[in-house]
Amino acid sequence: MRPFAFQKMNNAAEALKDKKAEAQFIAGGTNLVDLMKKHIAQPEALLDVSSALPKDIAVSGRGLLIGVMARNTDLTLNKDILARYPLVARAVLAGASPQIRNMASVGGNLLQRTRCPYFYDVSTPCNKRKPNSGCGALHGAERMSAIVGYNAQCVTVHPSDLCVALAALDAEVKIMTREKKEKSISFRDFHKLPEATPWKDNTLPENALITHVYIPENPFHQHFAYLKLRDRTSYAFALVSVAAALHLENGKITAARLASGGVAHKPWRWYEAEEFLKGKAPSAEVFAGAAERVVKGIKPLAGNAFKVPMLKGAVETALENCITQESYKQ
Amino acid sequence: MTKHQYSRRFFLRSSVAFTALAALPAGVKAFYVDVENVVLPPKQTLPLKIKVNKREYEVLADSRTTLLDLLRENLGLTGSKKGCDHGQCGACTVHINGERVLSCLTLAAMVPGQEVTTIEGLAEGNELHPMQQAFIECDGFQCGYCTPGQIMAAVACVKEGRTGSVEEIKEFMSGNLCRCGAYNGIVQSIQKVAAQ
Repeated sequence: MRPFAFQKMNNAAEALKDKKAEAQFIAGGTNLVDLMKKHIAQPEALLDVSSALPKDIAVSGRGLLIGVMARNTDLTLNKDILARYPLVARAVLAGASPQIRNMASVGGNLLQRTRCPYFYDVSTPCNKRKPNSGCGALHGAERMSAIVGYNAQCVTVHPSDLCVALAALDAEVKIMTREKKEKSISFRDFHKLPEATPWKDNTLPENALITHVYIPENPFHQHFAYLKLRDRTSYAFALVSVAAALHLENGKITAARLASGGVAHKPWRWYEAEEFLKGKAPSAEVFAGAAERVVKGIKPLAGNAFKVPMLKGAVETALENCITQESYKQ
Repeated sequence: MTKHQYSRRFFLRSSVAFTALAALPAGVKAFYVDVENVVLPPKQTLPLKIKVNKREYEVLADSRTTLLDLLRENLGLTGSKKGCDHGQCGACTVHINGERVLSCLTLAAMVPGQEVTTIEGLAEGNELHPMQQAFIECDGFQCGYCTPGQIMAAVACVKEGRTGSVEEIKEFMSGNLCRCGAYNGIVQSIQKVAAQ
């Protein structure tokens, strides 16, 4: 690991004031410390923000405001989340291990780097690790790579489960800039596609900090599911995952949400399928129709075509679980 | 008379060359240190007050030191094991403020003000913790390398109440790998303690 200066921060303003380009913020450290050991991240200074930023989870207006330093485990135990946004808890429990969930912050989860093997192997090219060096994964081992939204610059996927649920629930990312301006970025605009700058994962401006994640009020606390398909039953990243949520009135779907992990550079929403579900009575045929619309036109890479039928089945199953599965004991 | 194979001149020349080469490594090393000081930021040593197993320690540690290395190298608490050192195996599991975490991904500099418990702090004197006893009784290990991490995770698993079924125990112990495959014994140990 490259030597670095360590500093503990007392509040957001201090952290933003002291932040230089070569410095990085550290919270739980589950991702950054690992990347530093592998010489992928080499900050000259670490600013410890773990006790400088809010960590409370509180009802705010008609929604829920989650402090950026809330631990992943906190999201799985909080009464308001379990009662009103259980999809969030379900998604978090599908990811990582209990030890990592105890350490990892909500902010760190949003900002975690990709798990692409070419990003981790410093002897291979990777535009995300070294801008304009090329993409090793494209035409390489593409099995874990994206099937939508990729380009020749980068074919990796976003690794988070929490972010898939937050994307499905139209969350907002509250940030503070160095000028102490508070801004809100909608979740769908927070993570980005590779475009011409695959080394940037998101639209968080330089010298800004996330302070909260806001989830607006929604009716999806009854019919929801998070289905994650992976190489092991537990403690593995998704091949594909599906967050599904339905609101039913008088036997008809009045609102639907469908999002996926493991398919793109960012958590991916399936708007066309959501639109299709609206106004219909839930049935196996309707769910199959929605799954058809999800996979329609998807062009996978040469090495991961298996993800398309897998995704189709996962969407159908997740939608069925929304109306049949008894809530998992939280 | 046989002709000498090596001349006096050859001997002198090669001796000079060897002496020059022998001096070189020190010069190269000094040069490397000079370059390092320009290219790399200087190392930072931090004075840390850390509470482990109810005992206060004051140590000087490089800012890069992980809690795992601090425990093993600086404090001599070698019960916590280094398996992968990347957060994938769980062998380094310890408790911070009563919650299980990975000490290999925790910077020691972030620990002051919190309470660390390691496998060495579980027993009360000569009396083993019920989970340690259960691991012995249920054959919860074979080679024993992952065991300190497994036991620390298992104690937390019971405390968290994630022992409702074999599936739930497996799910909440999935961060701890065992190459010997003692998983059945580990699950039984946890069930035994959870029932107490």
